[in-house]
Amino acid sequence: MKKRRVAAAAVTAALAMGLAACGGTSTTGGESGQSAAPAAKAEFNAALTKVFNPSTKKGGTIKFANSGDWDSLDPADTYYGYSWNFIRLYGRALTMFKSAPGAEGATVVPDLATDLGKPSEDFKTWTYTLRDGLKFEDGTPITSKDVAYAVARSTDKETFPNGPTYLKDMLNWPKGYEGPYKSKDVDFSSAIETPDDKTIIFHLTQPYSGFDYLAQMSPTMPVPKAKDTGAKYREHVISSGPYMFEKNEIGKGFTLVRNPHWDPATDPNRPALPDRIEVQTNVNADDLDNRLMSGDIHIDVAGTGVQPAAMSKILPDPNLKAQTDNPTLQRLWYTSISPTVKPLDNIDCRKAVLYAADKTGYQSAYGGEFSGGQIATNLMPPSIPGAQPFDLYPSGPDGTGDLAKAKEHLAACGQPNGFETNIAYRAERPKEKATAEALQQSLARVGIKLTLKPYPQADYFSLYAGKPPYVVENKLGLAVNGWGSDYPDGYGFLQQITDSRVIRETGGSSNISVRIPEVDKMFDQSLQEADAKKREPIWNAIDKRVMEEAVILPGVWAKSLLFRPKGLTNVFISDSQQMYDYVALGVQ
Amino acid sequence: MSFLELKDLRIHFPTDDGLVKSVDGLSFSLERGKTLGIVGESGSGKSVTSLGILGLHKGGPARISGEIWLDGEELVSATPEHVRGLRGKKMAMIFQDPLSAMHPYYTVGDQIIEAYRIHHKVSKKAARKHAIDMLGRVGIPEPSRRVDDYPHHFSGGMRQRAMIAMALSCDPELLIADEPTTALDVTVQAQILDLMRDLQREFDSALIIITHDLGVVAELSDDILVMYAGKCVEYGSADDVFYRPEHPYTWGLLGSMPRLDREPTDRLMPIKGTPPSLINVPPGCAFHPRCPYSDRTAGRASTEVPELLETEGGHKVRCHMPKAERRSLWENEIKPVVHWEDEITAVETP
Amino acid sequence: MVTYIIRRLIGAVIMLLIVSMATFAIFFLVPQIAGATPEGMASRYVGRTASAETAKLAAERLGFNDPLIVQYGRFVKGVVAGAEYDYGPGVEKCPAPCLGYSFITRQPVFPDLMNRLPVTFSLAIGAAVIWLLAGVGIGVLSALRRGSFFDRAAMTVALAGVSLPIFFTGLVSLLVFAYGNPFSWAAQGGHYTTFLDSPVQWAYNLILPWVTLAFLFAATYARLTRAGMLETMNEDYIRTARAKGLGERKVIVKHGLRGALTPIITVFGLDFGLLIGGAVLTESAYSLPGLGKYAVDAITNQDLPKVMGVTLLAAVFVVIANLIVDLLYAVVDPRVRLA
Repeated sequence: MKKRRVAAAAVTAALAMGLAACGGTSTTGGESGQSAAPAAKAEFNAALTKVFNPSTKKGGTIKFANSGDWDSLDPADTYYGYSWNFIRLYGRALTMFKSAPGAEGATVVPDLATDLGKPSEDFKTWTYTLRDGLKFEDGTPITSKDVAYAVARSTDKETFPNGPTYLKDMLNWPKGYEGPYKSKDVDFSSAIETPDDKTIIFHLTQPYSGFDYLAQMSPTMPVPKAKDTGAKYREHVISSGPYMFEKNEIGKGFTLVRNPHWDPATDPNRPALPDRIEVQTNVNADDLDNRLMSGDIHIDVAGTGVQPAAMSKILPDPNLKAQTDNPTLQRLWYTSISPTVKPLDNIDCRKAVLYAADKTGYQSAYGGEFSGGQIATNLMPPSIPGAQPFDLYPSGPDGTGDLAKAKEHLAACGQPNGFETNIAYRAERPKEKATAEALQQSLARVGIKLTLKPYPQADYFSLYAGKPPYVVENKLGLAVNGWGSDYPDGYGFLQQITDSRVIRETGGSSNISVRIPEVDKMFDQSLQEADAKKREPIWNAIDKRVMEEAVILPGVWAKSLLFRPKGLTNVFISDSQQMYDYVALGVQ
Repeated sequence: MSFLELKDLRIHFPTDDGLVKSVDGLSFSLERGKTLGIVGESGSGKSVTSLGILGLHKGGPARISGEIWLDGEELVSATPEHVRGLRGKKMAMIFQDPLSAMHPYYTVGDQIIEAYRIHHKVSKKAARKHAIDMLGRVGIPEPSRRVDDYPHHFSGGMRQRAMIAMALSCDPELLIADEPTTALDVTVQAQILDLMRDLQREFDSALIIITHDLGVVAELSDDILVMYAGKCVEYGSADDVFYRPEHPYTWGLLGSMPRLDREPTDRLMPIKGTPPSLINVPPGCAFHPRCPYSDRTAGRASTEVPELLETEGGHKVRCHMPKAERRSLWENEIKPVVHWEDEITAVETP
Repeated sequence: MVTYIIRRLIGAVIMLLIVSMATFAIFFLVPQIAGATPEGMASRYVGRTASAETAKLAAERLGFNDPLIVQYGRFVKGVVAGAEYDYGPGVEKCPAPCLGYSFITRQPVFPDLMNRLPVTFSLAIGAAVIWLLAGVGIGVLSALRRGSFFDRAAMTVALAGVSLPIFFTGLVSLLVFAYGNPFSWAAQGGHYTTFLDSPVQWAYNLILPWVTLAFLFAATYARLTRAGMLETMNEDYIRTARAKGLGERKVIVKHGLRGALTPIITVFGLDFGLLIGGAVLTESAYSLPGLGKYAVDAITNQDLPKVMGVTLLAAVFVVIANLIVDLLYAVVDPRVRLA
């Protein structure tokens, strides 16, 4: 699954205020594979919270396959979650998510830098110092200028349209700066300073306490200016990590081999076990699963889980099921309930919808317990630090809805016999269609009649369901929706879907239905709070407040069923990657 | 024993509808240098007979019994492979429509060369020379150029000459010509017939001409065999069959012969009805349903199969009518109508 | 014969021009008629995080705002003379024949296509050999033993072959022969070795796709051959060949099959031409990096220049195949040469 698209303007606001949670929490090295565990026994979820089959044995070839392809291998130009996981094999950013199982994997640790960033008093200036002995694959030393250049080039969105825009949006770039190709030789020290080869200083336009999160993103991976070929750089990215490109055939695959100039002494985070990494792209998805199960490849790099065909083979077979892990993702599939559409302007009518909805049906629509996910009762997925699940609208003992309660609220709303409204969904997504149909059936039980309204997904938010006037005119009372955050963080998860200020009359927002001044206030309040632990109750309060207003019908917290082939060592899922941590893996 | 001798040859084909008795007890003999004409309507079994002699029914669904002796060898019981070795070399065949009988995708020369090299282990070059030679002998002008032409480049007559060249390429001792002139126009017919006669003399081969056209046999044959429903109904020298025919079917054939001196429709005596089905051959004399004289047999025509009996000097007829009655019918009723004599004389005169 | 060839060549060139126009129209005119704005079309090239402004710039840069005829002219010019594309620090030359430039992978399309072609060609040629041998062989035997058990069985299987889609037979064959434990003798999907690297490995990796693809086609050819043989074996010239004393095998092959070959050659030429353009389903099922998979991936990513390039190339192959069929026709059937 793709990382969610994040609207640039909103992100600036969001990150400027939040995301300070994990800064400076940990400096321990990631020696995850050292414990001498007894011979690993394959069992379901064995790699979910601990290291499965730990090992420090080096050598061998690990084989990845991808049913699609990278958006780009260029660190400035990639935005897939799996890519951010994988890129750490050939690139080193200033910081990185710790390579460790479970919650520990959601902490940020220094990578190229000796320590996490040192913020100024106002959190507007962040300073990092590079380690000694860092080298590119060709032996030239890595300097802070290479990092600065890398960040600068990433701002050229025409050349690198795919990558994240956080740094472009938040640093204090000279006016009209378009990157080193178009704004040749323009001094950008207002944004990034490199007083010497070891030091790099970032200047932000607004205070931001969580900058270490941004420093772990791939655009801070150093790029030697002399070797930069712009859009063609993806064909041969110059490695700063333990592996470098041996061969790269875009559209088919590539091979990584050990980078002789990578010095493990400079890198406590990467065990770098295999000698060689082979990646095949554009592989038939079902065939990929078969090859995974036969051991022909080790990892489905996309990390989104096996296809339905393989699932039907795996789940009934205890031996195969023991070779899977079933992590919950930081992603919620939900349905927006618009209070701008009559009669949903009445809270009781909205509550009737929440009670009447068949949650089990919702789960089936997304593929059931293992691939669909866990039935969601509120917004924040449990794996977000501090999240505390609650349920304001229990949907009966079997999860198919509480019809009595629903009718009660219909009566209170003045629509005892139900009402009619429309439900929007993305036409290209069969699961959303199934969701709409499941809701149509379950709400019909209390007389709420839904008409299905499919829209093209490319314009779903910009022209249809995400455009408030359109929603009102076309009576889109319900809209099937979904959201996943870029980081394991309450702010990152909630802000884009519950802060009313992200809603734009011209369309384009994922927040369709939540307009609660109190919630907006709580977000502002959280920005004043420096301590991450103290912010956690605020996220839960926001979550609760939104649920009280009954403007979101939570569906499922997404899960994926990952296959863990025999022959892999050091396997675990970290909360930051929500898939196997590719930096740690080795082969037997 | 004669060069070619058939004894009680039967060729039957089992089909879903029943047994097709295409040839049913045929016997005749033929010497080297002689010509036998086999005459009959289509479906009378004459073509099946010729293919049977060549052994082309072997290995197929046909049930074959009786004997075929060729130069002292019995062919019905011989292996298909052995007969194949004789085919083309010892006995060869000229087919009716040379356009469809020659492969459209190979040159005329290639097809002759192929025929020659099956039986002669010679180089392609030598075979080609022989092919050109053969084309020249059958009267094709500029044979060394035409040898590389395809069948569709040839005119009908030329094609038939090429076909003859192919058949004669291995100097066969028995040559069977199946309707050799049917597809040709009249002037060309005469040329081809002349050619065949000359070549037969030159090669001293035994020749069987199969035709429904009595004019052709009249010109070439020493003996004539008239077939009806798979059986021989009259056999004799050309003189016997033309001047003294005794079978009503032969009379019918003579009467239905189109002639230049005859008015259209006038006095043409076609045979009534259609040839019988070979599955349900009429009982008794197979010809009786169509025979105008079947009432003169005291009822035997529809109950008893007539024997092929010699009337005199090798002339054989398969008919229930008494010999005297047949002769008087011919002399008094048939002969005056068909004017056959004039015609023969006209043709025979060089 | 020479004028015949020249005439055909000119026809082929005109055909290709028309195809290029049609392709261009399908990919550029039709979306416009359907209401796509230049920005909308450009947004496919600028990634998922692009703003409306970026899309607008891209539309300008890609020339989507120009009149269609200008865009077509630029396209043709690229094919004939090459084109240049900005990649940041400099411009990249897309040498002639420049069949387009992918802004998603930042690569000229033509070299990609040439890179993929050997895979598809390997797949097609191997499958073609198998299906011709099997299809024609079975067709001949069926015709000669018409109505026999063999004939009936073969024709039933052939019907199945024609009816079963590749994505079904492909998956089943992989499951049975590559992943099924007792029979897994064949390579799994996604493996490809070039012929030059190792002919043995090349064949081993391709055998399953070959057989699967051949199964589909062999069925058609078996039926075609059978029908053709039944017809030609009744021809007079077959009887003539036998009367010459020719051995039965030669009669069947040299005379019978030769006569039945013409329709097979026609169909084969077109099938092969189409296949070279991309065996979409087979390549997808076995994850072979050929033109067909390339097309599928390009469509999935909405990478228009690639889709257009592969479409055009496929059209070129079909046109060439047509040309070759026409010429072969003249070789096979001398009667055609008169025309």
